[in-house]
Amino acid sequence: MSEFLDMSGYGAYVWSAYAIAIGGLVLNVWMARRQQRRAVQEARRRLAMQEQS
Amino acid sequence: MNWVWFHRFGSPPYFYRFAGRWAPWFLGIAVLLLLVGLYGGLVAAPVDYFQSDAYRIIYVHVPSAYLSLMTYTWMAIAAAVGLIWRIKIAHAVAASCAPAGATFTAVSLITGMIWGQPTWGTYWAWDPRIVSQLFVLFFFLGYIGLRGAIEDRDRADRASAVLAIVGVVNVPIVHFSVDWWNSLHQAPTLLRSDGPSMPMSMAWPLLVMIAAYTFYFLAIMLMRARAEVMRRERGGAWLREVLAREAT
Amino acid sequence: MNVMRNSAAAAATAILQRDLLLAYRRPGEWLQPLAFFAIVTVLFPLALDPEAARLRQLAPAALWVSLLLASLLALDFLYREDARDGTLEQYVLSGQPFTALLLAKTATHWLLTGLPLALFGPLAAISLGAPPQAAPGIFVALLLGSVTLSLLGSIGAGLTLGVRRGGALLSLLVLPLAMPVLVFGARATALAIAGDDASGALYLLAAMGVLSLTLAPLAAAAAVRISLE
Repeated sequence: MSEFLDMSGYGAYVWSAYAIAIGGLVLNVWMARRQQRRAVQEARRRLAMQEQS
Repeated sequence: MNWVWFHRFGSPPYFYRFAGRWAPWFLGIAVLLLLVGLYGGLVAAPVDYFQSDAYRIIYVHVPSAYLSLMTYTWMAIAAAVGLIWRIKIAHAVAASCAPAGATFTAVSLITGMIWGQPTWGTYWAWDPRIVSQLFVLFFFLGYIGLRGAIEDRDRADRASAVLAIVGVVNVPIVHFSVDWWNSLHQAPTLLRSDGPSMPMSMAWPLLVMIAAYTFYFLAIMLMRARAEVMRRERGGAWLREVLAREAT
Repeated sequence: MNVMRNSAAAAATAILQRDLLLAYRRPGEWLQPLAFFAIVTVLFPLALDPEAARLRQLAPAALWVSLLLASLLALDFLYREDARDGTLEQYVLSGQPFTALLLAKTATHWLLTGLPLALFGPLAAISLGAPPQAAPGIFVALLLGSVTLSLLGSIGAGLTLGVRRGGALLSLLVLPLAMPVLVFGARATALAIAGDDASGALYLLAAMGVLSLTLAPLAAAAAVRISLE
């Protein structure tokens, strides 16, 4: 296991690259989700205002 | 007549439903492929004779670079469609491409730097491909900046579409100019753009990763475009219906 | 058809004359970028050590980076005033080809920044240690490069027209586009300073000038139209 983590001495390089790539993937999913939530909230507010007036 | 199916995508309710239905599937497929690709890249693929285990960075570096260029192409096509035929959904799609494009351009640059240190002995080289990629990053940032700076949505759509098209015309010029510029300097001895051709045992995880990133891009693009479509809608029965169903 | 074309050319010439006259009455605006160029090229030797050989090596970079920045600085007054007082809208309504009218404005920008900078550039290069024989090559390189810079800048200025405090954004949009000009321009200048044949790089600069002359006005016109709506 530690041999696998060590990556024949290149562990720091390999794992940081993988971490950054996966971080980028997760970040985009999170941002897209947040955008959807905000769009729903905004649309609700907009419709509520339309109905009031 | 075969066109008709395509025109349905111009209708916000249809697009919203379509995106909502398919995005989770695409994301699920992407995650599955990603797990297979990661296993293949980190465990199953044999150790490279020249680069030892450092070469394994290729399995995240190349798909990221590929994704950034694919996003760029999609964005420009969508922007052109939106500008020429005035299809709002196309603008929504173009807008949805930029953030993912910017992140993955940055990821490909950073992973490239990390890979460069053990193999070339330097984090940064003024290689044409690296400089073009940096240009693409600036371009994405400029696109996002322009879009954010113009308040009127319709104007922001069309101004950024013009920028996207101008950028696409410019990318090959940048690439060739840097290529030519670099070729006048000493030939890069450390950079071999074509290494030894890859055996299948090393290539398959890469192909799986590229497939995973493609599905991932489709999922993100649909998710974002869906939110954009909702944001642009000023009312309408379908929006009420959708909002009633949507959990908070 | 011929009449139409003539009237477009006449309108463009009239705009060119008007803009030059305006610039003549308000010299502060267009003198600023020139002064800026002069100061930046003077700052380079002060910031580095004034050893002749090293300065000569850095002269192309200093010249082209300052040209790029000065050209950007001058873009700010390319459309802004005319957009504010409604002149650009009149141009749209005038029935004349908008692209030609905007091209006239871009030509003014070039006449007021590109041309004087190209004239002044060789002098700055000599002060940075370039041999006087290099002056013609440097002049031609700056002349050709500044045409492309003005045209690319006109797109960026059009896109950021409706943006408040768009200066930083403008440079973010234009600088990546201008990168090839910088590469070839600096290359041509370096070759001219070294006393080598710079014609290859000059031809490429000219090719980029022609390409941007054909495509950039269209993009700029589209951008300004969008910003005016």
